[in-house]
This record gives sequence, C-alpha cells and structure tokens, in this order.
Amino acid sequence: MRLRLEAGMVIDGFRLIEHLNTGGMAQIWAVERVGDGDAAQDNEEAAPGTEPAPAPEPLVMKFPMLIDSDDPIPIVCFETEQMIMPRLSGRHVPRFVATGPLDPQPYIVMERIQGDSLKSRLANVPLLWQEVVEIGAKVARALHDLHLQKVIHLDVKPSNVMFRETGEAVLIDFGFARHEQLPDLLAEEFREPFGTTPYMAPEQVLEDRADPRSDLFALGVMLYFFVTGERPFGTPKGGQIRRRLWRDPVPPRALKPDCPPWLQEIILRCLEVDPNDRYATAAQLALDLENPNQVRLTERAERLERDGGLKTFRRWLKARSAKPLETPNIVGQLSQAPIILVAVDLSPEGGDLREAQRVLLGRILSMEMEARVACVNVLKLSRLAVDVLEDEEGRSLHVQRLIQLRHWGAGLEIPKERITYSVLEAVDPAAALIDYARHNAVDHIVIGARASSAFRRYLGSVSSQVVAEAPCSVTVVRPPRELREAGEG
Amino acid sequence: MLIALLTDIHGNREAFSAVLAHARSLNVDRLVLLGDYVGYGADPAWVVDTVRTLVAEGAIALLGNHDAAIDGTDEDMNPIAQEAIRWTRGQLGMEQRAFLADLPLVHEEGDILYVHANGYAPRSWNYITDTLEAARHFSRVEAHITFCGHVHVPMLYHMSTTAKVGSFSPVSDNEIPLLPTRTWLAVIGAVGQPRDGVPAANYAVFDTARQCLRYFRVPYDNMEAARKVREAGLPEKLAQRLEEGR
Repeated sequence: MRLRLEAGMVIDGFRLIEHLNTGGMAQIWAVERVGDGDAAQDNEEAAPGTEPAPAPEPLVMKFPMLIDSDDPIPIVCFETEQMIMPRLSGRHVPRFVATGPLDPQPYIVMERIQGDSLKSRLANVPLLWQEVVEIGAKVARALHDLHLQKVIHLDVKPSNVMFRETGEAVLIDFGFARHEQLPDLLAEEFREPFGTTPYMAPEQVLEDRADPRSDLFALGVMLYFFVTGERPFGTPKGGQIRRRLWRDPVPPRALKPDCPPWLQEIILRCLEVDPNDRYATAAQLALDLENPNQVRLTERAERLERDGGLKTFRRWLKARSAKPLETPNIVGQLSQAPIILVAVDLSPEGGDLREAQRVLLGRILSMEMEARVACVNVLKLSRLAVDVLEDEEGRSLHVQRLIQLRHWGAGLEIPKERITYSVLEAVDPAAALIDYARHNAVDHIVIGARASSAFRRYLGSVSSQVVAEAPCSVTVVRPPRELREAGEG
Repeated sequence: MLIALLTDIHGNREAFSAVLAHARSLNVDRLVLLGDYVGYGADPAWVVDTVRTLVAEGAIALLGNHDAAIDGTDEDMNPIAQEAIRWTRGQLGMEQRAFLADLPLVHEEGDILYVHANGYAPRSWNYITDTLEAARHFSRVEAHITFCGHVHVPMLYHMSTTAKVGSFSPVSDNEIPLLPTRTWLAVIGAVGQPRDGVPAANYAVFDTARQCLRYFRVPYDNMEAARKVREAGLPEKLAQRLEEGR
C-alpha cells in the first residue's frame, strides 16, 4: 500500500467513507463520488422544488495489497480483475465504475452490494435443504450469465457470493477469473494451481483454467457443505488437494438423511471428477434445481457409501496421466449445450405443425449433442371470466395437457434426463413463453405458426410477438401443407 | 486519441485500401506505419505514393527490411523475397526510392516505442516469434508499450512486475486493456500478406486515453491482389499466399 488510507481522503474524485474489510489481497473501502451532492443541486434547478436530491450511489473502492509484499499473487489477481471487470455487465456482477493507474495508488471502484456474503451463513450450517436449493439455483443462474460473457469465475465460494435486495445472486472478486478473449495473466505468472482449496475442481488442481464446468464443481462443494455442514473434501493442504481426482466424497444422505435423493443426485453430479459427467451448463443445473420432479435419478441418488477400492484405484490410475486443456472454449461449451424451448400447440388441428416441429427439433438435436429440451404448452386463461380448468368429466386440463405433451416428446430421440415438460397457465401466452425463456436462460425457441388469416393479422399472433420480444433466437415453424398452399395462391 | 497501426503492406494495394477505409470509418486520429511497404505485392509504386501522401498529412512511417533492401543489399533474403525485391526496384522511381531510404528506423513518443522488427537491435531485423525473443526485447527496452510488425502474425506479449513473460493470440475486434502495471510488446499482423491461415488483412487501433488495444481483421479482395501478382510475373507462391493467407 503506497498511500496511508484514511476516511475523508479523496482519490481521483472518490471520497473514502469507511474501511469495510481487509482480505489477504485487498483492502475495501466504502466511497462516494465527490460532487454527487453538487450534481443533485443542478437537478433541482432544472426541476424546481419537485424531487429531493437523490442519495449518492453506494460504491466501494478496492485497493490491492501490492507494495509491501514480495508475493506477486495480489498484484496479478488485481490486474486480472482490472482487465475483466470493465467487460462484465448485468445483474449478477457489481457494476464497474472506474479503475485507477499505478500512480499513486491502483484501485477499482464498483457498485456496493449491500448486505453480507454467503460466508455469513457458514455459522448456521447445515442449512435447511430447501434454502440450499434456492441458493443453488440463484448462484447457478448468476454463473450462467457470467459464462455467457466468456468468463469463468474459478473461485466460487461462499465469501464470493452476495445477493441483491431483489434476490439475484451477485458474484464478486474476479481475481482468479479467466476471460476467454483476454490474456490469462495468472497462468503465465505461476506454475501452480490456483483457487481456494476446498472448492477447487479436479481440473483446476491440474492447472486447467479453461473449463466453465469448474465453477459447477465449486458450486457443488458449496451445496454439499450447506446441506451437510461438512466440506466434501475437507480443507486439504499441499499435495492432498490431488486426492479429489480419485477419492469421491461421502454421499450427503449418509451425513444428512433428510437430504432428498434428487438433491443428492444433483450435488454428486456437480462433484464428478470428469467435467463431462457434470451438468453441461449452469443453466441446465438451475433447471434441475428448480424442477426436482424432473431430475432423472441414477445410482448417485441412492448411494450411501463412498466408492470401493477398485473403482477408486482406477480413478487414481487415470489421474496420474491427466493433462490440462490448453485454451478455453467457453462459448463453444455453452453452445453445445443449449436449452431449447419448444412451444407445442396441442390443439386438434395442430397435428401437422407438431409433426413439423418434431422434425426440425430432431435436426437440431442431431447437431447439438448436449442440448436440453423444455417442452412447453400454454393453457390460455381468459382475462375476465373465471376459468373452468376441468373438462366435463372433471379431469384437470393441466394434467391432460401434460400427458399430451409427454406423448409428443416421447417421439424425440433424446435421453429422458434432458427433456422437461411444463404447462403454463397464462392470460397472455406469448408473454408467458417469453418470461419462461428469460428466467430459464433459454437459448433457442422453436414455435409453430398457423396459417395467417385476416383475423390473426388483426389480433397479432403468439409467434410474431415471441419473435419480436424473445431474449434469444427464435425459429418459426410452418407445416409443409401451408407452404404448398401459399405456393399455389 | 485513436492511433491506427499498420505494418507489412508489401505492395498490396487492395489490402492497404481496405484497411485505410476501415480505419477512417473508425475516425482514427493518426496513422503509424511500421514499415515494409514494398516487396511481394504487385503495386509497390502506388503503395509508396500513398504512404508519402499520408506522411505529408501527419502519419508516422518507419523503415522495414524490404524497404531498406531496395537501395541496399538483398543478400540475407530468401530467393522468393529476393526475386520480388529485384522486380520492385524496376517499379520505383528515384523519388520513391529516396523516400524509402530516408525513413527512420524507430519512433518514440512518451513511453511508447514504434519499430518494424524489435526494439533491442532494430537494424538486425530479428523476428520476435516467441516469449524468449520477447523477453530479450523487454530486458533491453525501457518503453512501457512497443508496437512492431515484421512477423506477419498478430501476437501480444506482456511482462509482469516480476519479469514473467506471457503471450496471447488476440481475437479480432476485441478490446484489450494494456495495464499500466505491465510492459507490453504488441506485434501487429501484416496488412498485405497475412500468414496465419486467415486471408483478411490485419491492423490494430490503440486508444491512448483508455490505454486499450484492439486488433482487427479486414476482409479485402485478395483474389484480385493474387491475380495481379501472377500478371506481374512474380513468383506463383506469392499469389498463393494471398489466396490462402499462409
């Protein structure tokens, strides 16, 4: 630290207010922009006497511990964060504000996220599994958003997860992170693995900093710890961190019998040694955490003991020759495993359309090997009337739709664990589909469009609204018969 | 200020025009040309005249080894480069040759160094092709940032405060902050003869205010440039290189 930092001091237009904490690598101060008050006065002149001056935006300033130490890690982590943070955006990271040069004192200014990190929950572990599931889904959504920005966090742990007042998880501290399109300063500087040892993925132990699924492993460690109150691999030191390459953790249900089998399935899948055996993307993990009844249970769900000697020995042999990847392919990894929403029209006259959608989906699945399909049907509610959601014989329309949807999906050649079925009930079907796509980080919507008619043109079709407003790619399918008729006309 | 960095134009009129148009569309404030205006390509006279005009308008232009070989020796060159230089001599007039002969080897401005091949022995024309060569450059050069060409393939080398040297293969149109805590050596890929398997022309833009570097690939009519190389009777290999980008 070059300057002696004190409250009241102004650095490059930011006033230090309060020293929040000092970690091993950085000091963090609450700051405010000098002149925020003046700007508020200007506003008042523009609109006399209407609104009170807005409160200054809460910010923090992060100073690396550089100068006094011989250890280069703090400076390289700081440089990494300085490179990556300005490139990040969205609700799941603190908003980047400014960064300062080396002289007199390097710093990063960012949005202050109020409240405590998840580290504050460690005093209460084990947590209720319901809470763990909720935390897990939120963190997975945040990780997916980060991965979409070509960044792997590589240091996911409770102290690096915070929450907005609106509920979204916010990932902080990008000192160990890797951006696919920026130089990896850490890998160049050190020939040793990085991360926080209890949370490091096996491939990170092998100095592989190229796989977004490493973050899913770390999240798995967190979920395990929160559910059971114990860390799956303890807090190993030195060479002991390699043990996770062959030694599997005690199954959560052996420690905490009330952990449901499906949650154990999810956690142990995150903790697989081979990244290919984990979830392909954080979005797919979030989808499972939010849809427990659709989690495909395997032997993992029921396991109550660790693997035997022979299986462990085989993994040990394999670990000896394990080699890291060279360059990351985050975008590639994500694009191989898209979430595809198929909006299925179950009306009696929609048969041709459903068939055309199935053919198209078959083509997509043959190219995108790890795709996950969400089959969705919308049960339209009327705006005013009280809806009768049962047929004449009293059967639930919702359940019937679900049965029909499953029947349609059974025709697709895709493993059961990669397809989910949902019936949404909504007044506005297009808005419901768009909401579903946004919440579940859907990459591609496949929707059918029925023949255009004067009525439909006047009213606007569901598919055209989805095309206009969806947050992702949309393919509109028309049945071949309509193409033919259009040709004749 | 936005500074466009162009190098290794090598008589390729089509590529040079496309890159200049691209740079103008970004409203760059300044051009720095890192040498090798001639050799290999079919339009050396047009390229040299264009460079002269740009210099008159305020651009910086440095000397490359092919430019130096016009009035100097071509002994050290490979046979194909030699043949191209001998053909090029016949294409250039006295004024054009005098312009090339007078070009400076290096240009320094603040803590930035511009040079064709390397900073430690500019006239040796040694190539910086790996981190060892980059380390040699860093150990003898003070500049915070060095821009060079000569290798034809874009690469970004950087040295940390503990003198560890890393390399990074940049992606097109992607902003890289050149942090003040490190020393940087940015090798700019060739405008007129790319060699990394991508035929599109290379160049880069440095934003001095934000200290960010952005490498670009600019597609151009490389088939036309290759056709003119063949028409001029230059070695077939030189036409193929433009078609394939290697």
